Amino acid sequence: MPSDSSHPRTPRIPPPPSAVSIRLGSTRRRELEAFARAGYPEEVCGLLVGRTEGRAMVVERVVLARNRNVERRHDRYDLHPDDFLGAAESARRDGLDIVGIWHTHPDHPAQPSATDLEAAWSGYDYLILSVTPRGVDEVRCWTLDGDGFVEQAVEIIQEL
Amino acid sequence: MKATIRIPTPLRSFTGGCDEVLVQGTTVGEALDALDSRYEGILERVIDTDGSVRHFVNLYLGERNVDALGGLDAPLESDAVISIVPAVAGGAS
Repeated sequence: MPSDSSHPRTPRIPPPPSAVSIRLGSTRRRELEAFARAGYPEEVCGLLVGRTEGRAMVVERVVLARNRNVERRHDRYDLHPDDFLGAAESARRDGLDIVGIWHTHPDHPAQPSATDLEAAWSGYDYLILSVTPRGVDEVRCWTLDGDGFVEQAVEIIQEL
Repeated sequence: MKATIRIPTPLRSFTGGCDEVLVQGTTVGEALDALDSRYEGILERVIDTDGSVRHFVNLYLGERNVDALGGLDAPLESDAVISIVPAVAGGAS
């Protein structure tokens, strides 16, 4: 998969400038943390649904998806495509779009691995939550830029 | 038959940013050929050189994966919706 030159992460036409930050409300962050804690010590994954606002991706809702990886659930995820389709269709009905992917790294830093890079697509933000027995330690966001990831700022909007 | 093809974000660089494209075709394969004739090069991101759906993507007709419907030969009804769904994977190590 990684060495396949036809992978869509190398598009024919350069994509528009990437968003430079991802913005989510504190409620959305708490939902992500709850998913991460509930799934620990296995990886959990899902979709970020939202819209682009200026150079920021604004996350309106977070969606939990099924991990199809059976053999290495502690350090791999394979997001069920039925759940991607469902989230995309639901987003479309609300005038939104899939803006990113989230997944957890149990007992690992919130940095993309070689496995993450191999499977990455351009145009999506990748939000990674580092989770341990104590809870979520770290939330960081990355986007593909050429052959590597660059970090995006994570802005948490405090909500009541 | 008229069909709509939904384009995921990573492939919208081919379609000028359009998230869906209207095409004509009687099968999924014909609809994708019609897409490629309008947006040259997009098909090779979806279909392998041996004619099968690439490992990186999934194709849906309505809510069903085309693998369960005969693959690219799956027939289209009028106003069918074909979705190109990126395969999303990764992991901590």
